Formats: sequence, structure tokens, C-alpha cells
Amino acid sequence: MSESLPPTRPRIPGSGLAKGLAVTLRTMTKKTVTAQYPDVQPELPPRSRGVIGLFEENCTVCMLCARECPDWCIYIDSHKETVPAAVEGGRERSRNVLDRFAIDFSLCMYCGICIEVCPFDALFWSPEFEYAETDIHELTHERDKLREWMWTVPAPPALDPGAEEPKEVAAARKAADKLAAAQAAEAAEAAAAQQAAAEQAAAQADQAAGPAEAAGPSEGAAPSNPTGPTGPTGPTGPTGPSDPTPNSGPEGGQS
Amino acid sequence: MNDALDVAVRLVVVFVVFLVLPLVVGQTEHKVMAHMQGRLGPMYAGGFHGWAQLVADGVKFAQKEDIVPAAADRRIFQLAPAVALLPYLLVLVVIPIGPSEGAVGQVVDAGIFFVLAVMGVGVLGSLMAGWASANKFSLLGGLRTAAQLLAYELPMLLAAASVAMAAGTVSLPGILNAFHWWWLPWQIVGALVFFVAGLAELQRPPFDMPVADSEIIFGAYTEYTGLRFALFLLAEYAGIVVLCGLTTVLFLGGWHGPWGADGLGWVWTLLKTAVLAFVVIWLRVSYPRLREDQLQKLAWTTLIPLALAQIALTGIVKVAIS
Repeated sequence: MSESLPPTRPRIPGSGLAKGLAVTLRTMTKKTVTAQYPDVQPELPPRSRGVIGLFEENCTVCMLCARECPDWCIYIDSHKETVPAAVEGGRERSRNVLDRFAIDFSLCMYCGICIEVCPFDALFWSPEFEYAETDIHELTHERDKLREWMWTVPAPPALDPGAEEPKEVAAARKAADKLAAAQAAEAAEAAAAQQAAAEQAAAQADQAAGPAEAAGPSEGAAPSNPTGPTGPTGPTGPTGPSDPTPNSGPEGGQS
Repeated sequence: MNDALDVAVRLVVVFVVFLVLPLVVGQTEHKVMAHMQGRLGPMYAGGFHGWAQLVADGVKFAQKEDIVPAAADRRIFQLAPAVALLPYLLVLVVIPIGPSEGAVGQVVDAGIFFVLAVMGVGVLGSLMAGWASANKFSLLGGLRTAAQLLAYELPMLLAAASVAMAAGTVSLPGILNAFHWWWLPWQIVGALVFFVAGLAELQRPPFDMPVADSEIIFGAYTEYTGLRFALFLLAEYAGIVVLCGLTTVLFLGGWHGPWGADGLGWVWTLLKTAVLAFVVIWLRVSYPRLREDQLQKLAWTTLIPLALAQIALTGIVKVAIS
């Protein structure tokens, strides 16, 4: 092996021994890596998979999680209820009511597919991991316990710097930009019209008598002034309510 | 009456030192080794950074059942730990830690002879244990111990002889009284040979072939449990204290220091011993175990020629300055 290496300085006898001593001495002066777990809680990374929490108000008993679960550790029981018509002459509606939701954590392999697949955001990862039991049956967490885990779910971590922005935000921004461009175009049009009106008024004033100069512009401006506000208000009528919703919607959901 | 009291006090002090210093070395080894491996080491026993870990270990050992294998040679088997441990206590009596009369357990005129002869007896404990256990691993360990003793006793003696030549006396305080600072570079090769050979005699890593746990379980100590096993471990750490103390006295000038030799001589001795003990631990952490043939080769082809060369150098210098 040493033959294949390029020619190096002649090795000092015992330099390898000294190097070994240096390594251990350097390690001694560094910080230790021991985790003092029961005394000091570990600092878990974001999105740690500890336990699964159930936000049962969001659950529609669609059974997608139970069906996608690779090791069949989710148990869901439900029954159907009929809701009377909300308005006179309306139709009765039926809806599923959740009776039992349980996850057997002795089977769960923490793949997170149930959380990925849930279309209504009823399942969440919680970083809590200290739920060992002495009886394996107690590892089946029923809905009340899964609900308790929900309180330990942390806020989603902030996006990484330079990350692609969420699709909802991108769509909302695109819509807002389009709207702003339309408004700007309209405003520019209105301003042009106003300027034209003002020029026309000025021309009329010039044609009129000199002493009427003070009254001329005010009269000429009077019709032109309302056009400034009314120009924008036309479009803002419909956009006013619709404008905040795309912006605040995703942000509200994110925070 | 007064003489008897004097002797009693000296013996008690030596005994206390004999019980305390090995534990201190053992605890230091726990901690230093852990930190050299990026760990913390014992943290619970005693509350503050596990200072009482070895006390807890001792309590555990004392609670264990004392088992003697059915086929073992009972008397020899039970006697072996004492034979391994007591020589170090005897050596500790004669090691001077300060210049005054009160800083040594007992002045022995033939100090070096006494010390080396008695230290050699300590290895007998391992031999007895290995033979009496009626266990093939124990026997292999015992034989390896014997081979190691044969190989390393010689360079150790030769290196010690070099110092005795330089000082013109075999008394340990006499050697220290004759010490000058330039003995340090003069005897440095002898010091290295003595220290390495001493490590090998203690069966400390990297010379722990006789107890190589991956090959022969725990060598001669395989069949031991409880207090007897603890005594063997204690003998190892007492051996470290004795070896480091001896190296300090013979080669590093004992109580001599840049300043404070009159009142604080014993501090210098203890400080040098502690540094050497740290080196012993450091070597254990850093180096892998030597194979049996490498072990013999190091002794016969490196240490003994070096020791002989040191004796020649000592003789030449001695003639030149006289």
C-alpha cells in the first residue's frame, strides 16, 4: 500500500505512536457527546415522528388512513346518522359519525402514510415519544388518548431559507398581481381621462373671459375630481371582499 | 512505647495511602478514559460526577457470592489474590516521598533490591490463580503472565541498575540525595525502559495479553468473583501507584523540584506520580493490545539492548566525571 502512495517525507520512527496519543488527548479536551437522556430531554429535530395525534373534528370516517396503513394498525368504527333537512322542503342528509378510532403503536411502523393520506388534516405527528408500556395492549391508543396527543403537536416549522413558497401562497400572489395590474391599468386610464378633462377645462377657461379665471378651474375641476375616486371604486366593489381572502387564507392556515 | 507508636502510625499511614491512592487512580481512569472516548463516564454514584463509583463497585463486589470451582486447588485459589496484592503494600512502605525522615515508611538500605524482588512476587499471584483455577483459559493466562514476567523483569532490573550505578548506592533516599537535574537527560532511556517494562509487568494495556478478554476471557482471573476478584483489580491499580512512584523516585528526582524542595518535597513526588499515572491511563486508551510475539520481540530486541546501552552510557559518564 505504501508503495502505491506518492513519495513522502521519511517517517520519523514513533510518529504514529505520537499521533495516536495526540488523538486521544485532543478528544479529551473536546465536549463529550453523551446524551444524559432521562435527566436532560433530547433536542429533537423538527418533524420528529414520536406519536400520532387525532384531531377528530376533522375526521370524516373516510377510512383512507386505515386502508393505506401498511400494517393495518388503525381501527375505525362508525355509524351513519341522518340529518334532517336544514330548510323547509329540503332533502335529508346522511353523515358518518366516528365511534372508535384507535392506533396500535405496537404495530405502527411510523411510516406516516396515514398522515400523508388524510384529506382533511385530521392526523398529525407529535414529537412525544415517552409512552412505553409494560403491557403491549396498552399500546393501542384509543381516540381520547389520540386526542390528548393532539395538544402536543407543535406548530409547523418555518420554511427553509430559499425554499419554494407554498403553492397556495403562489396562487394567491399570482391572483393579487393580476388584480393589481388590472387596477393600475384602470387607474392609468382614469388619470388620462382626468388629464384630458382638465386640459379641456383649461382650454375652455382660456377661451372664456380673463376675470372668470378664478371660478373657471374650480368649475372645471368639479366634474373631474369625482372621476378620480369613482374610477377605482368601480372595480373595488367586487374585488374588495375577494381580495383579502386569497391572501389571508393560506397565511391563516400556515400560522 | 514511643517506638511502637511511631511504627504503628507509619504503618497506618502507608495502609491508608495504599487503600486510597489506587482508588483515586481507578476513578481517574474511569473519567479520563471516558473523556478520551468522548463520553462522560460514571455520573451518578455519590452525586457529584460519580466520585463514589469505585466505592459502589466495592460494595457490589462484597455482596457477591464467593465461588471456588469444584476442580480448583482450593487453598492456592483462595490465597492467590493476597499474594498478588500484598507485595505492592510492602513496596509502598519503602518509597520515600519527601527528604525528611518522616516521609518514608521505613528506610531500607538495599531499597532497589527489595523493591524489585517484592514486585516480582506480585506476579506470582497471577501464576497461582492461573494454575489453581483448573480452567484452560486461566492456565493460558497464567503462562502468558509467566512469559511476560520473564521477558520484562530483565530490562526493568537493568534500567534500575543504571540508576544505582549513577548514584553509587541502592538505597532509595540515597539515590534521591545524589540526584541532580542533569540526570534526567542522562537516564532518560533507562527511564523509558523501566516504565514500559513496569507497565508490561502490571499487565496493563497495551501489554495486557495475559488477560486478553477477546481470546482467553480474563486470563488467570476468569474463575474469580466477588471480593477476591476485586482484590486482583485493586492489585492492578496499586501496581500503577507503585510503578509510577518508583519511576518518580528512580528517574524523575522524587522530591526535587524547581523550588520548594524543603517543605513541599512530597508535593513534587505526588505530582510526578500523578502525571505518570495519567500517562499509564493515556497509553491504555491510545494503543491496541500487542500480540504475544510482538510482546516478546519488544522486550528482547528493543528494551534489553536499550537498557544495556543505558548502562554503558552511565558507566562512561560516571568514569568521565569522577
